[in-house]
Amino acid sequence: MKYKDYYAILGVEKSATADEIKSAYRKLARKYHPDVSKEKNAEAKFKEVAEAYQTLKDPEKRAAYDQLGTYQPGQDFQPPPDWQRHFGETGFSFEDLDLSDLFEAFRGARARGGPDGQERPVRGQDYEATAHITLDQAYRGGEVELGLAVPEYDEQGFARRVTRSFKARIPKGATDGQRLRIPGKGGKGLNGGHDGDLYLDIVLEPHPLFRVTGHDLYLDLPLAPWEAVLGTSVELPTPSGAVMLKVPPGTHAAQHLRLGKRGLPKPRGGEGDLYAIVQVVVPSAVSETEKALYRQLAEGSTFNPRAHFVQELSHAS
Amino acid sequence: MRVELGELTWLDEHGELTLAELSEVSGLSEAELTELEDCGAIAPVDPAAATRTFHAQCIVVARTALRLRHDFELDDRGLTVALALIDRVRELESELRALQARLPRIG
Repeated sequence: MKYKDYYAILGVEKSATADEIKSAYRKLARKYHPDVSKEKNAEAKFKEVAEAYQTLKDPEKRAAYDQLGTYQPGQDFQPPPDWQRHFGETGFSFEDLDLSDLFEAFRGARARGGPDGQERPVRGQDYEATAHITLDQAYRGGEVELGLAVPEYDEQGFARRVTRSFKARIPKGATDGQRLRIPGKGGKGLNGGHDGDLYLDIVLEPHPLFRVTGHDLYLDLPLAPWEAVLGTSVELPTPSGAVMLKVPPGTHAAQHLRLGKRGLPKPRGGEGDLYAIVQVVVPSAVSETEKALYRQLAEGSTFNPRAHFVQELSHAS
Repeated sequence: MRVELGELTWLDEHGELTLAELSEVSGLSEAELTELEDCGAIAPVDPAAATRTFHAQCIVVARTALRLRHDFELDDRGLTVALALIDRVRELESELRALQARLPRIG
């Protein structure tokens, strides 16, 4: 079993009072809680902080933790032989046990009996996982594999951390930020309690061409200046395959050309739209012939793109 | 061990649950859910109905409330403010993502 220094994780001395521990936890929870934090690795960091606090805030657990001794973080150690009494059981094995599982086992030990000695049902733990899907999986639906390290409780309520692999078929229409619930696929309930559920947070992987908002897609459409002026037809990629888009003459930069129902499908029917955002781009290098043509255009054109500056400039002078 | 997952439920405005079901799924008591309803964090589909039902997306709110109450040891007023602020942040993040999607990447 690897040692974790819960005091160091919370940034407090071993002699810290309950109030100091609570205060340190609150500061770190504010910083790392996944519901409020944008810090990198916030969720993992919060789990570590919460695990330390759950142990140190409980006088019984804290005393048991202190009894383990002091080691370097990550150092292998074995709890003292008489440590099993904290669980009210004999023959308990510490093999393959994470330190957090050890203290979670208090939960199991306590769950085995209420004050009246009666076993009470305990609902299984809910699991949460993030399912990263590609745009193609969002469009067509697809399978994702998820590996979760989860505690599983035996009949006595003792926890063992096991890696469970889940294979989920994500239906088409899933998009960024959506949540799915899979009933009964969380942790096992105890004493007749219901099994927990599995919650999936959908995260759409960035696509090199398409940007997604809801079920709508946005795509940059670069046009040469003469294509924007004269109009053209361009072959446009869409999730369902290439389509021809007619660009009308006099199309402006930043104009949105809408292709209805060419976005992502919605879970209960219908589709989002695809928007091509026009960009008028100019060549970075031009030949002498092209330069001559541009000069000829400049001399012959009456177009003034800054006509609206004129009044302001006349005031300033 | 590999588990094949079967029935998936979208947590959106289409599925509905009773108060008791929402309590079972979220881990909050019916009284706590009623407090969330009173502060406007969740709303029944039809407030006038004899048996109140809630959209499935209320599960997300209720579970967030449970986490916040547990992790920050919040009282009802603190929880209400935190939920409202988180909801506002989510809304602004969503608007920001939508605006960023509309911004061209080249040019």
